[in-house]
This record gives sequence, structure tokens and C-alpha cells, in this order.
Amino acid sequence: MTTLTDPPKESFRLGMLIYDTRYRSMTIQAVAMLGFMLLAAWLINNTLTNLNTLGKPIDLGFLGEPASYDINQRLLDYNSRDTHLRAAFIGILNTLLVAVLGCLAATVIGVLVGVLRLSKNWLVARIMTVYVETFRNVPVLLWIVLALAIVTEATPHPRTYKGVETGWFIITNRGAYLPEALFSRSLGDIHLFGASSLRFDVSLDLIVLLVVLAASIFGVRKVNARANRIQASTGDRPTTWHVNLAIVFVPLIVVLTALGFHLGYAELKGFNFKGGTHLRNSLIALWAALSLYTAAFIAEIVRGGILAISHGQTEAASALGLRPNKTMRLVILPQALRVIIPPMISNYLNLTKNSSLAIAVGYMDITGTLGGITMNQTGRELECVLMLMGCYLLISLSISAVMNWYNTRVALVER
Amino acid sequence: MTQQAFVRTEMLPEKVPPASTVGVVGWLRENLFSSWGNSVLTVISLAAIWYVFSGVLPWIFQSVSGTASLTECREVMNETWGSTHGHACWSVVNERWLQLLYGFYPDHLYWRVNLALVLTLLALAPVLFSQQMPRQMIWLTALYPFIMPWLLWGGSIWGPVMVALGFLLGYAAYRILEPIAGSLVAVIAAIAAPVAWWFLLSGSAAGAIDGLVPLGIEAVESRKFGGFMLAVLLGIVAIGCSLPIGIVLALGRQSDLMLVKALCVGFIEFIRGVPLITLLFVASLLLNLFLPPGTNFDIILRVMIMMTLFAAAYMAEVIRGGLAALPKGQYEGADSLGLNYWQAQRLIIMPQALKISIPGIVSTFIGIFKDTTLVSIIGLFDVIGLAGAIRADTAWNGIYWELFAFIALLFFIVCFSMSRYSMYLERKLHTGH
Repeated sequence: MTTLTDPPKESFRLGMLIYDTRYRSMTIQAVAMLGFMLLAAWLINNTLTNLNTLGKPIDLGFLGEPASYDINQRLLDYNSRDTHLRAAFIGILNTLLVAVLGCLAATVIGVLVGVLRLSKNWLVARIMTVYVETFRNVPVLLWIVLALAIVTEATPHPRTYKGVETGWFIITNRGAYLPEALFSRSLGDIHLFGASSLRFDVSLDLIVLLVVLAASIFGVRKVNARANRIQASTGDRPTTWHVNLAIVFVPLIVVLTALGFHLGYAELKGFNFKGGTHLRNSLIALWAALSLYTAAFIAEIVRGGILAISHGQTEAASALGLRPNKTMRLVILPQALRVIIPPMISNYLNLTKNSSLAIAVGYMDITGTLGGITMNQTGRELECVLMLMGCYLLISLSISAVMNWYNTRVALVER
Repeated sequence: MTQQAFVRTEMLPEKVPPASTVGVVGWLRENLFSSWGNSVLTVISLAAIWYVFSGVLPWIFQSVSGTASLTECREVMNETWGSTHGHACWSVVNERWLQLLYGFYPDHLYWRVNLALVLTLLALAPVLFSQQMPRQMIWLTALYPFIMPWLLWGGSIWGPVMVALGFLLGYAAYRILEPIAGSLVAVIAAIAAPVAWWFLLSGSAAGAIDGLVPLGIEAVESRKFGGFMLAVLLGIVAIGCSLPIGIVLALGRQSDLMLVKALCVGFIEFIRGVPLITLLFVASLLLNLFLPPGTNFDIILRVMIMMTLFAAAYMAEVIRGGLAALPKGQYEGADSLGLNYWQAQRLIIMPQALKISIPGIVSTFIGIFKDTTLVSIIGLFDVIGLAGAIRADTAWNGIYWELFAFIALLFFIVCFSMSRYSMYLERKLHTGH
């Protein structure tokens, strides 16, 4: 007869920290942590010593001093007497502006090119391949610099517009001019944050327009929901498009008339154009180069996404009697989107990070203001570079958070 | 007896297919004019191609070269064709191509750069085409990291020899201690011995031997490096060093050890969240601040460090994708064979994970190579920096297409060959069905 007894409790020996797999992971982690903390302490200590020797301990006071440089392309009001913090804020908005414009343009061009690369038309597919390979295999910085050279050297001087004087869209070697929206019975602005460096004027006209537009969209959705209900119960769908059109446009036109909406065109005054929305060469060059470059990558992603959906899906859809356009909309695209979105996120992030190359063409984004002139003027390299990195980290993490949220919404839910 | 039915006893010869479905006509009908929409697209494309070629071909071939400035170029153009529009002025490339390739490297030493490039190709050959090349060539690959910097920067040969000696020392320490004190102690000694050697002894040893046997070549300062050579140099170093670091980071990110994982994730996400240009600012402005007072090392070395770290973070993500794509059965299979962690990684996991991630790895390589142009922003004279300098020269003020076309061609050749090689490698390693 045998009895089961517990094995004798092993007493803890020091060697077990290395040779016993139960404890070894803790040892390794403790060593890694210790090493990391020693390294960090060493770096911080070096930095502080060096800064003390240079006589400039870490101090963010410079942000409150007047910047005394000008930013010519900006979304909010700014003058050279404003602080460095204000300049950095204007810079962040400029970064976001070119990132948003670039992402939109790159998506449109990229999807178009990606679909055309799959075209049955041999010639079109080849042309798109040449476009993709050319743009992917040449550095983006070269495209940006080249785009700037083209828009400054291959465009006409303002004086060639003598006799034309004004127009919808004017390209000169000093930038492009578009009409601006003006309101003769404007409601004025809301001044957020008072007179501080982060002051932010929001036009009340714009808010009213957005509210009206939102209400219209809500109305359209109500009408569509009602049409769906009727279709479900009776089988006949009432025609809704004219009601929807009226819901969207009538209030919009009424409000625009009430606010006295009109367009302000740029006009030739002396040697230059005045008025209108002025897009500087630097913005156009950066926007064009970033969009075309990123579009080449997006085209490949879109093409890969569509190819990844097996042919059986198309066949199954036609077996169910769906027409080709419905097959595309209901079967192929929803599945392709799942493949496309994650790499698309990283391309949007790349575009945003590449927008920091603005410094090569003199567009005043956050790298040009905080990491450029402010840093050179104040000599605060450590503070400026760390803040610059912080800004980009914040932007990147926000973009990836939003896009990941969208990705989880369209992702396939399994079991 | 009457014949009731006609039964054919021999086969009819095949008819030729209709003329409109075979040959050139058939191909055109199928690929270019299959429907109304397609025909319209074809016509538009042909018009676009005609437009581009009618502008570009005369520009390239009806061009001027050999003049000393853009104004002279324009004079020649006006004499020959009556206008300056639509004709290239290749004189600038003709005059400056050596500078665009080598930067300010002394011209009597160009052979060293060329030799380094040849060595690079020879050292890469056994790695890239492992089956076609003799195995002994791998020794050249092992020696290459020490020969290449010596060739480019010049100076005494004893410096690189001492660095190489450190690696030998580490290897010797491992082999001697492993049977005596176990692998962990041996690994620690293998890391500690070379580090101690490099920081404490190698400098004075190199100096002493150099005093006895002065063996060296003319030294070249870092600020003379530039042009396309700088891009290739930075690209090779960043690519070569980032792969091993990336593998380690990817393993760290997949690891069960919470702290190690947190450190790796933090590092990767930080680097991937900021643009390369900010890291280059760190290299040019801050790296000296982080190191002990008085340290001042070379700007190109600092840029190399930051670019390597940058590339490693991206590489880690690509390899992590490969690791994640591997079926769990492979890990369990390795465990069931009794392999320990490193054996399993080396023999089972990594060969497969790396194979899966080849396309991603190569596109990271291409991205890094293209990103080397960013160093022009922190004041190094790479091709784009030089192009800016040439355009600022009064003789060539106003020129851009010709220069940028030349630079774009250089990058296109390298990047395009890399992407083609990755396709070759994918086919070669494709062992599935």
C-alpha cells in the first residue's frame, strides 16, 4: 500500500533566481529595470550637468516672450508682437491644415489610381503602374522641393494679369488666390480664451451654417427612415429625393441670404493681388507633393485590398442575383475595407509626420515655428525639441486612436 | 438496304478563330477597346502619353551640355532652336555630377569610395544570393564592417583593428567561460569584456601600436562627406544595424516579461510617433547634451545612431507582424521538441517569421534609404542639400528640372532594384504549395 505524500518543500536558494524558471523571469525583469533606470539616471544627470555648464537650466519662460517674426500663411490672427507660444499654436494649426488637406487629396487620388490599376484597360493600368512606381521610389523631400521649384518658377508673375484684374482662381508665382466667403450682415465672432496666446476666434456665421446643415441631415435621415418603414410594410418605396433636396438646400439658402453671403474675389492692386483666400506657394507645393507621394502608397493598399477578396465572393453575389454595382457596394467593398483600413491609418500617420518637411520649403508649421525660428532665436534646443516631439506624439496618438475606433467598428465580429 | 442516318467517320479540321479575336486585333479589342468606356479611356490615355512624350523627348534629346552656366546654355538654345523653352541644359549635371555623387570628398581619393562600394556589393553577395556564392565569402562580410569605415574615413588602421579585437575578445570569453561557469555568466562576460576593452584600453593600445608600426591612409573629415555617397553610407548602416535591433525589439514586444515588454512598446511607439526630422534635430543639437561633458563625436556618427534607432522601431513592427502571422502550432511544436526559448527562435520561429515579413522588411529598407535625404535639413550636404547649393550658385540660378531628374533617377534605380529583389526573394523562399 502506498500513500501519496507531498514532495518535501524545497527551501529557497539564491541560485534558483538564475536556474529556476519560476524565478528567472523576475530576475531578468529586475535586471532590465535596474539597467534602464541607471541609463535614464545617467542621461538625465549628464544633461543637467551640461545645461548647468552652458548656463541655461531648463526654463519654459521663453514661451511668453514676444516672437518677433512673421508667419505669412495662418488660420488665426497673429502678429510679430505675439508670444512664442502663440506662434507654436499657429504652427500646430498649420500642421493640422496641411495634414487634413493632404489626407483628403491622397485618399481621393489613391483610391482612383488603385482602382484604375486593376482596370481591364491595358494602357490605363500600365500608366498607373508607372505613376505608382515613380512616386514610391523617389524621396518625398525631392518631390516637395521640386514642387516648390515648379510653383515658383513655372507660374506667371502677377503683372501678366494686367487687364484681367480678377478671377475665380488665379495662379501667380506668389501663390494661388481663391474667392473668400464674406457675410455682409455677419453675426460677428466668438472670442474664446480672451486675449491669451491660445485665443481662438470662431465665426458665428459658420456655427449657424453648421447647425442648419446638421439639422438638415437629421431631417433627411428621418425621411429615409420613414421611407424604409413604408417599404417594409407595403413593399413600395415612396420617392424621397425631391423632399431630401428641399430639406438640405432650402434652409441653407435662406440662412445664406439672411447673412448676406457673397464671394470676395482677389483683385490686382499695384504689383500684387489683394483679397480673396491666399494659398502660399509653400502650402501648395507641400500639399501637392505629400498628396501625390502618399497617394501612390494608398493606391497599392486599395489594389491589394480589392485583390484580397476572393473571386468566390463575386461569384456568390452573382449567384444571389446581385447586379455588378450592388456586388461592389454590398459584398466587395465592406470586406475590402477591413483589409484596407489598418495600413491606411499608418499612411495617414506617415503623411502627418512627413508634413514636418515643411521646413524645407518655408511653410510655417510646428517644425518651422517651434522647431525652427523659435529654437534658433531663443537657443532653447532641449525644450523646443522635446515640446516638438510631444506635439507630434499627441497628434499621432490622436489620429491612431480615432482611426482604430473606426477600424473596430468595421472589423469583422467573430463569435 | 438503305442508309438510315449519316454518321461522320472522320473529324472535320479545326477552323481558324475569327480574325477579330486573335492576333494584334484581338488583343487590341480585348484590352483597349472592349467597351465604350474603355475606348474613351484608351483615347484619353493615348492623348496623355502623346502630350507627355512630345514634351519630354525633345527636352531630353534636343538639349545643351558642356556650357559653363545657364545663361550660356540659353544662348546656345536661342541660337539653335530659337527659344529656351522645352530644352534641357545638361551642362549642370555634366559639370557637377562628381560632386553630386561624392560630395566634397577629395577627388584624388575617389577610388576609396569606389572600392568601398565594390566591397559592399561583394559583402552583400553571399547574404543576398546565398545559393550561388561560395560560402567562404562570408568571411569578407564579417570583415566588411571594419574595412568600410576605415576606407572612407581613413586614418590609422589600428583603430578598426582594436574594435574588431573587442568582438574576438567577447567571443573568446564566451567560449572559455561557458564550460566552466555556465551560459549566463559566459554571456555576461562576453558583453562586459569587449565593453571594458573598448572604453578603457583599446584607445591607448591603438595609439601605442600606431607609434610602433604607423600603418594608415590619408584621413578624410566627416564634413567632406556628401552627395549620393552619404545617402548610400547612411542607408547601409541604418539598414544593416536596424535588422538585428528590430528583431530584438520585436521579441521584447512579444515577450511574457511585463517590464521588458513595456520598455519595448514604449520605445517603439515613441519613435514611430515622431517624425524623423525631430530625431535628426536630437542628433545634431541634443545628443552631445545627453552624454558626459566634453564628449563630442562626429555628426555623421550621431545621425547614423538616430537613423538606426528610427529604422529599428519600424523594423520591429514589421517583424512583429510576421511573428503574429505564424500559427501557434509552430511555437507549441518547438516546445514539444524540448527546445529552449533561443533555440526555438533561431531554428523554428525566426526563419519563418522573417520569411513572411520580407515584403515589409524591404519596404522599410526602401523607406529608410529615401529618408536619408532628410539630413540635408540639418545641414549635411547630401544630394538634395547639394542641389540647393548648386541652384544658389549664380551660374546655375533658375535650374531645377535637370538636377532633380538626375537625383530622382539615382534614387529610383536603387529603390526599384531593391523592390525587384524582394520579389525574387519571395519567390525563392516560397516553399508552400
